[in-house]
Amino acid sequence: MLGVEAQKPPKGKWTTAPFDPRFPNQNQTRNCYQNFLGETWGAGRKSPDYHRCVKAMNRRGKSAQPCEYYFREYRSLCPISWVQRWNQQIQDGTFAGKI
Amino acid sequence: MPYPHQLGFQDATSPIMEELLYFHDHTLMIVFLISSLVLYTISTMLSTKLTHTNTMNAQEIEMVWTILPAMILILIALPSLRILYMIDEINDPSLTVKTLGHQWYWSYEYTDYEELCFDSYMVPSTDLKPGELRLLEVDNRVVLPMKTPVRMLISSEDVLHSWAVPSLGLKTDAVPGRLNQTTLMSSRPGLFYGQCSEICGSNHSFMPIVIEMVPLKTFESWSSLMT
Repeated sequence: MLGVEAQKPPKGKWTTAPFDPRFPNQNQTRNCYQNFLGETWGAGRKSPDYHRCVKAMNRRGKSAQPCEYYFREYRSLCPISWVQRWNQQIQDGTFAGKI
Repeated sequence: MPYPHQLGFQDATSPIMEELLYFHDHTLMIVFLISSLVLYTISTMLSTKLTHTNTMNAQEIEMVWTILPAMILILIALPSLRILYMIDEINDPSLTVKTLGHQWYWSYEYTDYEELCFDSYMVPSTDLKPGELRLLEVDNRVVLPMKTPVRMLISSEDVLHSWAVPSLGLKTDAVPGRLNQTTLMSSRPGLFYGQCSEICGSNHSFMPIVIEMVPLKTFESWSSLMT
């Protein structure tokens, strides 16, 4: 998807994923999934999460650097095994989410 | 940590657990008062030769023993709800740690910066060093900085488990496919023990949790050592 360079932590301050008022309760499954998704939201759509952000930026020919925020966020929230499974599904073309 | 012949809760390590201890004292005191009143009433009723056979109505006492219990229940409910909402307060965590339950060990992931993950198995009783606690020690402890709010995200890779640390007042189910969040804040350094709290197979009793709360500098050097 992105090169190795873009997968590294970006410069700048990052402690951890901040409180997200869209997901105030104990069940954070959707928070992780929502931040992982978002590859191809175009302009005018809500919540540009990571993958959607990347796709939108690439479509507009811009650098995907600002999308790193979402990368860090889903990296902090999602279990590694989930991320690996979803990335594998994306590669295989079997990912069920709308990207 | 637990100790032999323990009667009450373990010492509180987080502000929430302190509140729970006070609440428990408050509620238990009410329970003792009611129980001793009832015991006294029963003993006097059984030990008197006097009889009373013509009770027709008892409006006044009926009022008393309806209103008074209602007030007692409110007296219990108010601090209970206060603590419940206190647990749910929005805070600003400085660190996120994920813990995944497996059969039969926990694995921990610290992915805010580098990808630090490790498994935490119980130390078998045959391998314990002198002074270590049987069925409670683990090979890799969860090291965390003290006095900082930490977001714990708990899930499972196979069956239901439950991640519990009594002295922090924490118990959160590990459900496969679901990510449960709880907040951890320790007021002091030390070692804090817990055990898996949802039946998960043959070694359910043998997958403990040990949290090691350390100063921030120690945590930083530990995490750079581990990655």
